[in-house]
Amino acid sequence: MTTSLGIEVRLEELRRVFAGVVALDELTLTIAPGELVALLGPSGCGKTTALRLVAGLDEATNGRVVFGGSDVTNLGANRRNVGMVFQAYSLFPHMTAMQNVAFGLQLRHLGDAERRERSGEMLELVGLSGFADRYPAQLSGGQQQRVALARALAIRPKVLLLDEPLSALDAKVRSRLRDEIRRVQLEVGITTLFVTHDQEEALAIADRVGVMNKGRLEQLGPPTTIYSRPATPFVAEFVGLTNKLEGSVKDGEVEVRGVRLPLVKPDASDGPATALIRPEAVSLKADGAPDGPLAGTVIAVAFLRATSRVTVDLGDQIVLAQMPTSEASAHPAGTRVLLILRADPVLIARDEKASAES
Amino acid sequence: MIRSRRLKLQVFRYVVLLAAALFFLMPMFASIEFSTRGNGIAAPRTLDSWKLIASTPELSDAIIASLELAVITSVMMLVLLLPTMVWVRLRLPRINRVVEFICLMPLTVPAIALVVGIKPIYIWISLNVTDSILALAFAYLILVLPYAFRALDAGLGAIDLKTLTEAARSLGAGWGTVMLRIVVPSIPSAILNASLLSVALVLGEYTFANLMNYENLQVAVAYESLVDAGTSVAISVAALAFGFVLLMVLSFVGRLRSTPVGALQRP
Repeated sequence: MTTSLGIEVRLEELRRVFAGVVALDELTLTIAPGELVALLGPSGCGKTTALRLVAGLDEATNGRVVFGGSDVTNLGANRRNVGMVFQAYSLFPHMTAMQNVAFGLQLRHLGDAERRERSGEMLELVGLSGFADRYPAQLSGGQQQRVALARALAIRPKVLLLDEPLSALDAKVRSRLRDEIRRVQLEVGITTLFVTHDQEEALAIADRVGVMNKGRLEQLGPPTTIYSRPATPFVAEFVGLTNKLEGSVKDGEVEVRGVRLPLVKPDASDGPATALIRPEAVSLKADGAPDGPLAGTVIAVAFLRATSRVTVDLGDQIVLAQMPTSEASAHPAGTRVLLILRADPVLIARDEKASAES
Repeated sequence: MIRSRRLKLQVFRYVVLLAAALFFLMPMFASIEFSTRGNGIAAPRTLDSWKLIASTPELSDAIIASLELAVITSVMMLVLLLPTMVWVRLRLPRINRVVEFICLMPLTVPAIALVVGIKPIYIWISLNVTDSILALAFAYLILVLPYAFRALDAGLGAIDLKTLTEAARSLGAGWGTVMLRIVVPSIPSAILNASLLSVALVLGEYTFANLMNYENLQVAVAYESLVDAGTSVAISVAALAFGFVLLMVLSFVGRLRSTPVGALQRP
């Protein structure tokens, strides 16, 4: 397998308006050569619109798409040389796996022998050498998406675009194929834009994750930063689970049920606010007969292999705590416990405008 | 209990099949019987009426004209309708209803009314452009629209047209390639159905040709029935048999193409 060096992809103030509705609002994003950036967000956040603009399948209202220094904004989809894997099964039903992979090469007038060789190489790359003569109807969903990946890479595209390629697959196949996509992407070294609504997928596969909301990029950063240092309440709530506890801000700290926690942005004005606290920042203590605003009853324990998630009812509110399973087993359902909030900097949300005071 | 019910169902099936077969085959047999009668009550069976088809130039000309019209109409229908329908589905889905309405309209307008509307144009065409019967193909195109539209619509609805075309486009295919190499091979049976319906309709068309003074197969059959009833019936049987064979061939080809080799060995 020859390794092609990826190129830089730049999206400059990309904007797309559909019948007066802003689907994408001035998205600016630079993807480094060989980097995999995942755009993550709920449906309707503009992530697929962004991907389609990069692919040339849709026309931007404003802005530019630049591949390796050259402006491709006005090039049609068939002249951009991008490889794309779709959410829906997109293999041509009347062609075998091999013919599907060779299709793009045929359009590039490659010789018969070279075409066959490269298609074979690509099928081998995705682990489907033995399936070259199968028709799409004879392949499982996961196999079809792997052939689609091979087909997209066969044309040696400048950019690889993945539009929720795993969402039609069942959970087990999904995680296996996810790892495989990452392996192939690293092996080929191609610049990749991956669109998904599945946070676990995005965090697991990407070099950087861009969280989108209402057509805007809320935060762009490495998965660890996105998870542990969310820039906005939306990111905090969308990525991972978040407890929302009422409190009040005073002197750069937020007081929640008698506990003072530092703020991510200490310059927030004083007043009531909702603190966003990750379940990992909550631990439990069960000594004696706990009492007070942070005392509650365990109502459920969800086993997540190495860790467990404990649901605690505080009477007026439910709080989630995540901890090693060995620790959680000390607090079966029905136990009275005391919540301990770790003094990590927290984000706050305010009712009047959730993202204004982040 | 279950056995007797199954038996009853079986009997019912055969009765229905037999009744349907009789309904369709009796007129055929009667026609064949009539067209092979000799001259006189006790005369032996003869193929004279059948032989006359080939030796009557007006008849063979009409048959050839109708076959040519059938092919031209089918090709024109596909060239006009398929790209239009694909384009509307992909780019202008909101006017799909309008296109459907326009395509189905010929069904609601009686042929005679269409002729009254179209005739002045045809008079002009025959005076200024051509007096060939093949000009009828344009009028037939209108007649076959409703049937062809339905058949193609069902085919296009059964595939994920948007994803397939976008996948082909992203691999570098222009619109021509997308149509010829992706859309057409993805809906072979719909295209065959639309073509077959067009062929059958054109081969059986009488009103248009007669009222516009062209002699196609059916008009010739009608004239011939005034001269020699045996021959006119023979042609009708031959036309029916041709339609039947065509249907068989097309459905056989369609099945061959839509079933990939070893399709049953699904993993």
